[in-house]
Amino acid sequence: MQMSDTREIKAAPSDVWAAILNPDVLKECIPGCTEVTGNREEGFEATVTQKVGPVKATFKGAVSLSDITEGEAVTISGEGKGGPAGFAKGGAVVRLEPIPEGTRLSYEVEANVGGKLAQLGSRIIDGFAKKMADEFFDRFQQAVEGPAEPEAAVPDATDATDATDDETKKKGWFKRLIS
Amino acid sequence: MPKDTGIGASTKRREDVRFLTGRGVYTDDLSLFGQAHAVMVRSTVAHGRIVSIDTSAVESMPGVLAVFTGEDFKDVGGNPAGWLINSRDGTPMREPKRPVLAHGKVRHVGDAYAAVIAESYAQAKDAAQVLSDATEIEELPAIVDMKAAAADASNRVHDEIPDNICFDWGWIEDNRAAVDAAMKAAPHVVTLELTNNRLVPNAMEPRASIGEYFPGTGDYKLTTTSQNPHLTRLLICAFVMGIPENKLQVVAPDVGGGFGSKIYHYGEEALVLAAAKRLGRPVRWTAERTESFLSDAHGRDHVTKIELGCTKEGDILAIRTETYANVGAYLSNFSTATPTFLHGTLMAGPYKVPHVYVNVKTVFTNTAPVDAYRGAGRPEATYSIERVVDKMCRELGLDPFEVRRRNLLTPDQFPYTTPVGLVYDTGNYQATLDKAVDLADVAGFEARRAESAKRGKLRGMGLSTWIEACGIAPSHLVGVLGARVGLYDAATVRVNATGTISVMTGAHSHGQGHETVFPQIVAEKLGIPASSVEIVHGDTAKIPFGMGSYGSRSLAVAGSAMDRAIDKIIAKGKKIAAHMLEAAEGDITFADGKFSVAGTDKAKTFGEIAFSAYVPHNYPLETLEPGLEETAFYDPANFTYPAGAYICEVEVDEGTGKVDVVAFTCADDFGNVMNPMIVEGQVHGGVGQGIGQAVLESTSYDENGQLLTGSYMDYAMPRADDVPFYTVDHSCSTPCTHNPLGVKGCGEAGAIGSPPAVVNAVIDALQRGGHSHVTHIDMPVSPNRVWQAMNA
Repeated sequence: MQMSDTREIKAAPSDVWAAILNPDVLKECIPGCTEVTGNREEGFEATVTQKVGPVKATFKGAVSLSDITEGEAVTISGEGKGGPAGFAKGGAVVRLEPIPEGTRLSYEVEANVGGKLAQLGSRIIDGFAKKMADEFFDRFQQAVEGPAEPEAAVPDATDATDATDDETKKKGWFKRLIS
Repeated sequence: MPKDTGIGASTKRREDVRFLTGRGVYTDDLSLFGQAHAVMVRSTVAHGRIVSIDTSAVESMPGVLAVFTGEDFKDVGGNPAGWLINSRDGTPMREPKRPVLAHGKVRHVGDAYAAVIAESYAQAKDAAQVLSDATEIEELPAIVDMKAAAADASNRVHDEIPDNICFDWGWIEDNRAAVDAAMKAAPHVVTLELTNNRLVPNAMEPRASIGEYFPGTGDYKLTTTSQNPHLTRLLICAFVMGIPENKLQVVAPDVGGGFGSKIYHYGEEALVLAAAKRLGRPVRWTAERTESFLSDAHGRDHVTKIELGCTKEGDILAIRTETYANVGAYLSNFSTATPTFLHGTLMAGPYKVPHVYVNVKTVFTNTAPVDAYRGAGRPEATYSIERVVDKMCRELGLDPFEVRRRNLLTPDQFPYTTPVGLVYDTGNYQATLDKAVDLADVAGFEARRAESAKRGKLRGMGLSTWIEACGIAPSHLVGVLGARVGLYDAATVRVNATGTISVMTGAHSHGQGHETVFPQIVAEKLGIPASSVEIVHGDTAKIPFGMGSYGSRSLAVAGSAMDRAIDKIIAKGKKIAAHMLEAAEGDITFADGKFSVAGTDKAKTFGEIAFSAYVPHNYPLETLEPGLEETAFYDPANFTYPAGAYICEVEVDEGTGKVDVVAFTCADDFGNVMNPMIVEGQVHGGVGQGIGQAVLESTSYDENGQLLTGSYMDYAMPRADDVPFYTVDHSCSTPCTHNPLGVKGCGEAGAIGSPPAVVNAVIDALQRGGHSHVTHIDMPVSPNRVWQAMNA
């Protein structure tokens, strides 16, 4: 199964880049994720609990990063074993490019499932994967740029030091972290 | 006036009393003292190299008694293919070893590479999961698409088979040039590429096996879900485990459907026997439903290009096919016969077509093994022929009924030698076609179509005139064709001292109704009540021999063996009667249950003769053995050739593409009919499965070899509301000329004849509805596919 999409994130590419490589961000943004450990060099270990149709399982898996072009592109590969539920594995090529509003993030995801997940859940797996991806990037966007508000100003990392408390609240928690 | 007993009576099925009241005894119903439970550990990837299996991870788990891996069976034999097929160039097929448990490599999702035996099922299941997690398999690219597999020599299901081709078979190779020439010279050539969709058999009862070992005698016992226990015994003993045949008893108790999938020997049967011996305890295994989806032998899965050369008037001149047949990851027992001699030999259909050539390339893929499934090869042949004939009619603007009449063999042409190696002994294809036309009210179709149109539905009518070769088979012929076994059958008729009868038959009954029909024949022949006759089957210790139930052979072959044994009983009875009645043996006649001296009123009843045979006080002991029990083996002279005409009407919803089968008419020639009600039921079941294939059932593997249709949520089986009320007739009967009962077999007919009738009807509906660009839709004709075709 393959999907691709683009997102416009109101943050500088360098911030988005840092967020992508941060295990805490990943833990917060991967739906159903309870634990992420590791680092970009050695890869991450993640634990995710999800329900795909009739199959509920806790997946433990390894995530590795490759083909890194600093600040521009990275390939994220992962494989998770869900015990009796089977396995899921996949990869995403993520690219960042600066745009006037901040960053355009584009991704191409390829995902495969096996075992019971495939045998029982295939009818809904495409929709499920799309939902997972949407949810991940929604959360990611929120983490980086803060809650969407119609009149919210374009976040600008260079202004962060001058920001008022109110403005800080509007920023995402990750943004606050690095501001 | 219909008979109420004996041959031709619609006697109610006696076995249904236990089946319908929950009193059947199936393998999984048995509970043995000290039994342990086996759970198989199956591959979750389609293709991979087994790097390591850490059995220590489970050996100390609660209740775990033993762990088996492929290593434990590497020195025993493999499960063989039953037919040796040669390629066109004369080289024998490539036959990879099929081990009890996968060793070295796993080759399909569901391929068992280990087994855990534990005190309880739950403990075995837990341990199997832990062992699965403790196994490292290096995943290899999956080989799923047949044509890609055949084209890529680098990626191999079996390392020793370079192009994944098992064989490239031509039938009949010597005819190839003549067929090519006839095709070239034909005024019109119709070409059709089609897929015969892979099916999962879905017997109601999943496979199950219990192994026992008796150390005191060294005997083994296997209780298993089998359509033919003797063949299973032969395969386990002679090929897989090397157990002497006299030391293994195989019992197939009540079996809840097979449809082919339980003909074959599977690794789990050998596993439970080996485990029982190691542990000294009975070991049982029962498949879960998804395990059945993954590991039962599937059916069909052909991709075919068929060409038909004809005159502009619709006379068929030549047929040429090229088929890719998927055998899956390993050769199941009949897998090499199904796409060849059960398929290629039928490619002339019921037509007088002078030139036919069939090419079949059989390909290994990383999918479950594919083998015979109700109809086995003949549905694939029938579908190809009947679809291309239908396409010919459309291309030439001819009436499909008239074209059939033009080409069908006529009764005066029998016996008829086809260009693909069979001799049809008898038939009347015009009669069944006329009967079907009459019963289906073809004349009233336009009115029904107009009525459907008022409701916004496109109505279409499809025809299929089908023939099959069944009652398999004459050993001398199948031997020439590559069979490694004979295909006779056997029966023992044991007359008990009190006059009741036990018939030990080699035909296993798993829903067919043998327990009712066979006694009807005995009762008719011996003039005794059918209730005095008991059928014993499914136990190698009780019955003389048997090749099992498949290929619509039970009545034609095993029934004929029983008929022969009864004749021997009557012959011996005459000798006893001659002695008792002090008459010459030649003067004794037997009728209505009495041995009489011709021309006198002196007679002895069958019961008196039976009693005398076991209490031989007044008996010719010096010339005749006491007792009244006879065994006969019967090997038929030819296949039997049931045939018929099926007419299907469908309604297609133009908005959604949904197909409803609204009428289905069957006019069949099954030869003599022993029990019309059971025959009707067999046709209902077969047509139901055919409609399932045509409209609903799709077996889907993704590009990684993952089975995506592994449960009933994704695999659509036909339900009662998916099928219409059938009109079934078998009055146009031409009795088989070579078996004593004159029967032809009816078990597979419905599944063979129906799919093309359904698809032809769908195409007809779309064409009449203005979608004239739609000339073919692959099965299943799902709403998605029909809608896409209409809106292409």
